[in-house]
Amino acid sequence: MAKTHVTMKVNGAEVEGLVEPRTLLVHFIRENLGMTGTHIGCETTHCGACTVDIDGMSVKSCTMFAVQAQGSDITTIEGMANADGTLSALQEGFRMMHGLQCGFCTPGMIMRAHRLLKENPSPGEQEIRMGISGNICRCTGYQNIVKAIQYAAAKINGVEFREAAE
Amino acid sequence: MIPGSFSYHRPASVADAVKLLSDLGEDARPLAGGHSLVPMMKLRLATPAHLVDLHGIAALKGIRRDGNNLVIGAMTTQHDLLASDEVGKSVPILHEAALLIADPQVRYRGTIGGNVANGDPGNDMPALMMTLGVAYRLEGPGGVRDVAAADFYQGAYFTALEPGEILTSVLVPVPAAGHGYAYEKLKRKVGDYATAAAAVVLTMAGGKVATCTIGLTNVHETPLLATDAANAVIGTSLDAATMKKAAEAAEAIMSPAADARGPIEYRKHVGGIMVTRALQRAAARAK
Repeated sequence: MAKTHVTMKVNGAEVEGLVEPRTLLVHFIRENLGMTGTHIGCETTHCGACTVDIDGMSVKSCTMFAVQAQGSDITTIEGMANADGTLSALQEGFRMMHGLQCGFCTPGMIMRAHRLLKENPSPGEQEIRMGISGNICRCTGYQNIVKAIQYAAAKINGVEFREAAE
Repeated sequence: MIPGSFSYHRPASVADAVKLLSDLGEDARPLAGGHSLVPMMKLRLATPAHLVDLHGIAALKGIRRDGNNLVIGAMTTQHDLLASDEVGKSVPILHEAALLIADPQVRYRGTIGGNVANGDPGNDMPALMMTLGVAYRLEGPGGVRDVAAADFYQGAYFTALEPGEILTSVLVPVPAAGHGYAYEKLKRKVGDYATAAAAVVLTMAGGKVATCTIGLTNVHETPLLATDAANAVIGTSLDAATMKKAAEAAEAIMSPAADARGPIEYRKHVGGIMVTRALQRAAARAK
């Protein structure tokens, strides 16, 4: 099958590659670009581990072809740290609140939470839970992921983070 | 999992898409949001030789008011529907139902056109479209035609779409001001298809039901209009005996498959409950 030349912006850098039409975006990101932070979990659009941000949308990159991302602006977990290399508010939140155990779902969780907080800077607990309902975690029971996102929201909004009473 | 090989086409107009689909024949499939088709391709349950991606056609996106109709372009995503104040104001049941479809990531990509044109009995929008009296605009080699949602579904994955035709928009008649509405969906978890679901749109006058339409999701190989159930409640104040009659009339036309969501008897039973709950909630909302 003839390959197609694609160009797109990933984490601020122009990238290009040759792909078959059937190449999934997640495979392009991991194998062509060598960015393995984006994980492949279920491969059936359920788990959200492969979530990346494309043109202001959270997208499961296992359910989109790389050719469809031609010309788009993508952010992956590799693009989430601050410019000086320090952790972003979300990354810090996951660290401080123990929002991960095995860590497999974390890149997708953070990319989804990133867009959620852009659209709703002060989400309530239920809004966070519905907002990450397309991401599955099999370790944490979600409690600390919710706290991590609340921590990040507080930090971004410049207010003090207070853990809700258990 | 990697899909089989295919050729990728990205037309910039409906006319070009129709021409491609007509010329390429049965081996070609239109690609909308891809959240039904791409997983099927990865499982090799679908192996189209050509994909005609509709994302490049700007005319297929957007929501506009045209007289008493809300015209929603086929490539409008569920996320776009949820972000639209016009939809929330004039056809709020679309917001209620869209929020029950899949998860946030899927709603950014999944389109209303793909949802209604695929003919999947598990999809939520088809029964809703029938309930609202929507017409689908189809464009093909023979020109443009409008088909009522109620006449569109022929069997699981079989629809009135002819070869080369694509569904380009849905024409939603805006329900009367003060109407009551509800979409009740029983599902096992977020993102699941309905075990059973019911849509109700009604108007009340003097404490009694003046008009009522009821649609059913995933309890038959096609979405259903529960006409007898709707007729049973018109003119009543939705007393307990009427509710029971309506649920029984709805259950009488259900023929769900027995699957992981439950045996036939269970799915019919909870289908009746969805009808009752939707009627109650819609009536409480009506002004």
